[in-house]
Amino acid sequence: MNPAGHIAALRFGLGPRPEAPPPEDPRGWLLAQLEAPPDPAIPPPDWETEPTVSDALAISVLDQRSPVPPGERQRRGLLFTAELRAYLGRLIATPTPFRERLVAFWTNHLAVSGRDGSTAALVGDYVRRAIRPHVTAPFATLLKAAIRHPAMLVYLNQDSSVGPDSAFGRRTGRGLNENLAREVLELHTLTPAAGYSQADVTAFAALLTGLAVERNAEPRGTEFRAGSHQPGEKTVLGRAFPPGEASIDAALDWLASHPATHRHLARKLARHFVADDPPPAVVDRLAGVLRDTGGDLGAVSRALVALPEAWAPPLSKFRAPNELVVAALRALGGDAGLSEFALGSATALGQLIWSPAAPNGWPDEAAAWIHPEGMLLRLDRLHALAGRFARRDAREALDLALGPLASDRTREAVLRAGSNREALTLLLGSPEFQRR
Amino acid sequence: MTRPLPALGRRGLLLGLGAGASLGGSRLALGQGPLGEQRLVVVLLRGALDGLAAVQPYGDPALPGLRGRLALPEPGQEEGLLDLGGFFGLHPRLAKLHALFAAGEAIALHAVCGPTRSRSHFVAQDMLEIGAEERLGSGWLNRALAGLPGHEAGPNRAAFAIGTDLPLILRGGEPVGMYAPSRAERPGAELYARLMELNHTDPLTGPALAEGLRARGFTAGVVPPPEQRGGFVELAAAAGRLLAAPDGPRVAALEMSGWDTHAGQANRLRGVLTGLDDGLDALRERLGPAWRQTAVLVMTEFGRTARANGNDGTDHGTGSAAFLLGGAVAGGRVVADWPGLGEGRLYENRDLAPTLDLRAVAKALLRDHLGLSPAAVAAAFPGSGAIGAKGGLLRG
Repeated sequence: MNPAGHIAALRFGLGPRPEAPPPEDPRGWLLAQLEAPPDPAIPPPDWETEPTVSDALAISVLDQRSPVPPGERQRRGLLFTAELRAYLGRLIATPTPFRERLVAFWTNHLAVSGRDGSTAALVGDYVRRAIRPHVTAPFATLLKAAIRHPAMLVYLNQDSSVGPDSAFGRRTGRGLNENLAREVLELHTLTPAAGYSQADVTAFAALLTGLAVERNAEPRGTEFRAGSHQPGEKTVLGRAFPPGEASIDAALDWLASHPATHRHLARKLARHFVADDPPPAVVDRLAGVLRDTGGDLGAVSRALVALPEAWAPPLSKFRAPNELVVAALRALGGDAGLSEFALGSATALGQLIWSPAAPNGWPDEAAAWIHPEGMLLRLDRLHALAGRFARRDAREALDLALGPLASDRTREAVLRAGSNREALTLLLGSPEFQRR
Repeated sequence: MTRPLPALGRRGLLLGLGAGASLGGSRLALGQGPLGEQRLVVVLLRGALDGLAAVQPYGDPALPGLRGRLALPEPGQEEGLLDLGGFFGLHPRLAKLHALFAAGEAIALHAVCGPTRSRSHFVAQDMLEIGAEERLGSGWLNRALAGLPGHEAGPNRAAFAIGTDLPLILRGGEPVGMYAPSRAERPGAELYARLMELNHTDPLTGPALAEGLRARGFTAGVVPPPEQRGGFVELAAAAGRLLAAPDGPRVAALEMSGWDTHAGQANRLRGVLTGLDDGLDALRERLGPAWRQTAVLVMTEFGRTARANGNDGTDHGTGSAAFLLGGAVAGGRVVADWPGLGEGRLYENRDLAPTLDLRAVAKALLRDHLGLSPAAVAAAFPGSGAIGAKGGLLRG
């Protein structure tokens, strides 16, 4: 049996579902997802429509103006959890899992975090409007949408950075906050390999001043406040930018097209889809596609599918907790109603989704996720999950989830188990199921 | 007290899972001395603690001009600093730690820095944990374990990571245990054994699973269920209990985040410093008599800018403060070769200039506290021959 269908569903997708078994035309199935129409709206529990950025900002303001009674969760935290559940429900049921993998990848590359209370209410909208529509667009489009979104401006303190020589800065004595500027250069685009200096970080921070978040009056959201913008020309890595809002887009466009950025993105994509330590030739090929297409993320996604290295068994990547839980629920035919269980499980395994500890996002290599207690917690959670699907036929689940990728040892253990539930625990706890 | 065994059953033992936990006689067979009684705890403060706020040099005349509203009132005033000898003052939320200074059991180290001058959290944390100026595949505390006298002798791992993540400082070739809270329903012993059988030849999952089962057999008997909750205070309390056990680990690492105070620093620091203070106190209390043989190193990846930024916060800097506490510490003082904050004294005209490499402190702990040989200390910190262990930090 040809393993390509399973590899498409595991390495590029979120794992097969009973009604969406491994595809017969693996490459065609993946490429079609890149052309798919916009993802359907999925409102969070208790919402009739998807929340807007205005809703999210209004909720955050309300939490400050009329705090909830002690012991109750703040409204912004409730919205964050509701958005997470809608997102997880989508992952469990989606017919376009490759697109969802790209959404998750770029969300993590341009990470914001719900651990920050002021950001939490905005993360759902960030993924929905800044990331999701742009995963096959030019990288510059994605980058600008992400950097200008209120979630990013709040998370990395840009909304309170003020040009010290601007009108507002002179009046109030307030000044720069270089957090976002540094992380854009270090994490989102160039990386330190490009050799920028502290002066470049400071200049770029001055260039970004004026970006702010209007919370109190409609239209709520990002706006440019000329009165907070640092006057004068800024020089970033030897390139001069005039004062004004237009330089923000110009600088982001320029950073997005820099060869060091292409190399960084290529390496991260290869590490995510191919191997923790990807072959240099793979990185070169992906970087070349980004260079030749002006950073087209659709083109580089197609190039990923075309990589011979991505189709070679055995499975090389260790599943992060969220990937593991979603794949298990999909393999057992779980539905979106299990999103709360999925959320609790991923959190217990050390990955509260959309909540990385720092702006560099969740780690993407096995060493970060594989450790003794974590491995046991995995088995405990998978065993609990198996208990919820105790009547789901384990032999069918094995063929669906792993098929020809299951080792003889795993097949034998599943088929010989004393009970169906134990068989499911063994399937989900097998070394193969920990990988994609 | 009877030693709890991992819940493996006969098959697990046949697979060799229980080898370390099974026979006291294996100690003799190895011909090694027992583990010493000294305990070392490393607390990593992730996100860059503002050393100038935690241990404020209120005697430095340049401070008010740099810090503005972030400067705390001098000792004796309302919400003022807790004095550390007339020049430095401890943040008022570190009151329990201040009591340890009074008892001669705590040192503040100031103007310290890790091996790099990077202002990237991610680079600086990695290098602080690796203990070198270049990337290595393991952390210094893991490499140090190889030279810890008797580290293979006990029934349980000599070092434990406390928390849901294994920090880089403890990653490497030496096996370490882990403790993390869990509330999930667990498989029975027989099913664990079959899962182990299924995974034991796998290079990634096999060793992790074997190590996890081994650690769980030990921790289940030591940490009672009510403490199995998250948060630094709970983790620190659990660390104290595990380290207090006679057959428990002698080395532990745990971490606390929330220090990246770019905005509204005064308020945010009050919360995290209280958590740190309570956690260190819980660690001390749970260690019981073993506190006398304990040294705790609390450190962060770098400091923050000497000047406040435009948001009553501070940005990424260089020199910071660290703490060394425990009954084994010759404390009650601030150890600093103070570079000053005045004109021309700041590193790159922005940060507290570092004058002490934290590796000098770590080397002293390995040599003077854990009794590692000079060769073992050098192996833990390769390529740093020019940085000598800082003497006089421990009672010895």
